Amino acid sequence: MTVKELDQVVVRFSGDSGDGMQLAGNIFSTVSATVGNSISTFPDYPADIRAPQGSLTGVSGFQVHIGAGKVYTPGDQCDVLVAMNAAALKTQLKYAKPNATIIIDTDAFKKADLEKAAFQTEDPLAELGVDPDRVIACPLTQMVKDALADTGMDAKAVLKCRNMFALGLVCWLFSRDIEIAFNYLRDKFAKKPELAEANIKVIQAGYDYGHNTHSSAMNVYRIESKQKEPGRYMDITGNKATAYGFIAAAEKAGLKLYLGSYPITPATDVLHELSKHKSLGVTTVQCEDEIAGCSSAVGASFAGALAVTSTSGPGICLKSEAMNLAVIMELPLVVLDVQRGGPATGLPTKSEQTDLLQVLFGRNGESPMPVIAATSPVDCFDAAYQASKMALEHMTPVVLLTDAFVANGSAAFKLPNLAEYPAINPPYVPEELKGTWTPYMRAENGTRYWAVPGREGFTHILGGLEKDNKTGAISTNPENHDLMTRLRQQKINNIEVPDLEVIGDVDDADLLIVGFGGTYGHLRAAMDELRAQGKKVAHAHFKFINPLPKNAAQVLKKYKKVVVAEQNMGQLAAFLRMKVDGLVPYQFNQVKGQPFVVNELVSAFNEILNK
Amino acid sequence: MEYTAQDFKKGQPRWCPGCGDHFFLASLHKAMAEIGVAPYNTAVISGIGCSSRLPHYMATYGMNTIHGRAAAIATGCKVANPDLTVWQVSGDGDGLAIGGNHFIHANRRNINLNMILLNNRIYGLTKGQYSPTSPRGFVSKSSPYGTVEDPFRPAELCFGARGHFFARAVATDAPGTVDILKAAYNHKGASVCEILQNCVIFNNGTHDAVYNKEGRAKNAIYVKHGEPLVFGENNEFGLMQEGFGLKVVKIGENGITLKDILVHDAHCQDNTLQLKLALMGDGDGFPVALGVIRDVEAPTYDDAVTAQIEEVKAAKKYHNFAELLETNDIWEVK
Repeated sequence: MTVKELDQVVVRFSGDSGDGMQLAGNIFSTVSATVGNSISTFPDYPADIRAPQGSLTGVSGFQVHIGAGKVYTPGDQCDVLVAMNAAALKTQLKYAKPNATIIIDTDAFKKADLEKAAFQTEDPLAELGVDPDRVIACPLTQMVKDALADTGMDAKAVLKCRNMFALGLVCWLFSRDIEIAFNYLRDKFAKKPELAEANIKVIQAGYDYGHNTHSSAMNVYRIESKQKEPGRYMDITGNKATAYGFIAAAEKAGLKLYLGSYPITPATDVLHELSKHKSLGVTTVQCEDEIAGCSSAVGASFAGALAVTSTSGPGICLKSEAMNLAVIMELPLVVLDVQRGGPATGLPTKSEQTDLLQVLFGRNGESPMPVIAATSPVDCFDAAYQASKMALEHMTPVVLLTDAFVANGSAAFKLPNLAEYPAINPPYVPEELKGTWTPYMRAENGTRYWAVPGREGFTHILGGLEKDNKTGAISTNPENHDLMTRLRQQKINNIEVPDLEVIGDVDDADLLIVGFGGTYGHLRAAMDELRAQGKKVAHAHFKFINPLPKNAAQVLKKYKKVVVAEQNMGQLAAFLRMKVDGLVPYQFNQVKGQPFVVNELVSAFNEILNK
Repeated sequence: MEYTAQDFKKGQPRWCPGCGDHFFLASLHKAMAEIGVAPYNTAVISGIGCSSRLPHYMATYGMNTIHGRAAAIATGCKVANPDLTVWQVSGDGDGLAIGGNHFIHANRRNINLNMILLNNRIYGLTKGQYSPTSPRGFVSKSSPYGTVEDPFRPAELCFGARGHFFARAVATDAPGTVDILKAAYNHKGASVCEILQNCVIFNNGTHDAVYNKEGRAKNAIYVKHGEPLVFGENNEFGLMQEGFGLKVVKIGENGITLKDILVHDAHCQDNTLQLKLALMGDGDGFPVALGVIRDVEAPTYDDAVTAQIEEVKAAKKYHNFAELLETNDIWEVK
């Protein structure tokens, strides 16, 4: 047995939906992150409500990418595939590299299992063309039963520990310190110590199995940490980071956080997360529909809360009218759109970037609305904070775009210090304006003042009808409507956003790679790979889409070739062409519901470079 | 502080002369003055429609929002700031057609809103189409040969959604209207007030039977909790139970005395008889019931939300963002 040094490795845990693959993957990523590796994870779960056990549609996967240096994506294909049953092997093999190590539980490859997974022969490895030398085939279920034989646990509970055996084996393969996993479990099951100890026993058994058998003389690997950034960390998914960002912003602004929502995949976890934190005063209302989710948030905003509504694309369709009400009433509101595959119900559990033009333009009338797109699971925190700050300080609804990939993926999150975040100062109407104030009086930056009910001397009526700029009364005056339309637009134009940053060969790139939101990691990794091949490339990624960063046109026109890569049919490209005179970018468009594959990006960009 | 109706008035209403909304608005101003909540602690939230213009004539906080969503918007407003007194104003189209879903759920959740339903059985603002409360066969611009559908009866919808408060008044009857508005305010929870209101242009006469004092004396019954259900110009008629239903009897005839008359119980949990009262008067020989028909105490949503937050605050050890972070599995990279 040899120990090989690796820069990075991708492990994919796969099994039945109930096999606990997510937990095994989470523990593995935490163990790795604790020693300073960079991590990025992504769960891939089936859309079926509860597919039959052992069936092809019931397989769920959890991919973990760990690196000595920074990793930006969960990885294209895995170096190690754990397949807890025959169906998992069959469906997940396509995510494994040709030379990947495959761990299987032979106890879940019996005749019935093979039939459920629609294998034609009794030799699944041969049928799939897998070299048996790459496979660690162990009677995993039996060994778990043996390990827990004297615990008195019932058969069902014993089987639930199978994932920990696989975890132990993977920990051995990558020379991980399993004590960290033990501590994790003791913490997690603090109220059920016997459960923690059973799981620990099984991890140890898996680890020992690898160690004792050298698992058919495979290599063992080490991933050293090269770019440690000291600090305290936690693992966080994009949805949880989004929820935390709202909580942080409300606390900073000194406001109550109100969420009006209706459950919808893949945004529901934000509702779940915020519903937990009543001890922070968070108010969540699960409404009767998407319309009420947004409408009630508008009502909460009027009442003086930091109001948020969370949804996915189909929900945006339903919320549009109430979003527009917030536009004309000029009230702060954050609309979270965790994008999924569409149109209609589409691909509810899969990821796309197909709502961009909808959130920019999908409303009646002239309806300018800021749009911010989070670039990674961890960035969801900052993006939610920034969206809240922008809404509150500029008295406008703001759309926060994330997507299923970013929302469900996770990475190590350095605990933020709220004191270091910028203050949030809503434009409350100054007391000295009492008596002369009217609802559409504006501060210097064009923002309407906020008069929250309960304040004496500032009673007023807002509404969906156009109002007179001076008196605030209903007005159909043509000049006034034209003026109000311009004032609402100018208010959004006045919002300051950070400049577009260019990385890579900033001065002399032959190709500028452009994207937005959740594809940041893949485009960044593709750029790194191209530069490693000796190509001159740069990457600019839009997080702030409306208003565009002031230097956007200058950046986009600086390079000979520009490619806009996005998970839609060219929505950002269309928007940029509209906003930047004469820009004709190349496009890379993929709408598969799956994350980009770095290798495919690299070859597509190489083709453009060679044109 | 004492308020007068003047303190709640603003602007010059733009409804058609004779529109029932004028009458209702005056009663609302008066009721609010008598209730005594400051205009700046009051929010009036409407949807879209003739009657939804109402907030513009209030010197309170308010919103004239989008069609059908007033109850949902009022819900967020009340839950976010339970200290506000929130009035939600809708017409029959706004409240029961496009906004029907929000109407029933606001009732089911029992949010402490005073929900006004101005029912003229017609779409006025769009110039004369039938509404979900127009009777079957109703001829309008969008039903030139008569409608072929049955209307909602607002009380039935309210009760079906487990509503705890339902009252009815005729717009032209100021004392009756002020009475139920005050009762609605005093009721903790969703309070539905159906206001029978005439549209002089597109549905003139729809409530004629009870629209003036003489008509009400003959065709309406004022129900009061704890009092016998009697009506008529000289209170000579009464209601009695008969089998599964009610019947109209003449006091003094067939040996019937006042003691035999059903006594109104607005606080009764079981809404069976209250519903029977609410549905009377549809050309069935019964009088139209006016007043507070149902008024039953129940936990309100907004109180429960606040109470739960306090409960969890006491039980959990984290109360700010920094403490929330510490509840996670944390590791340190050195």
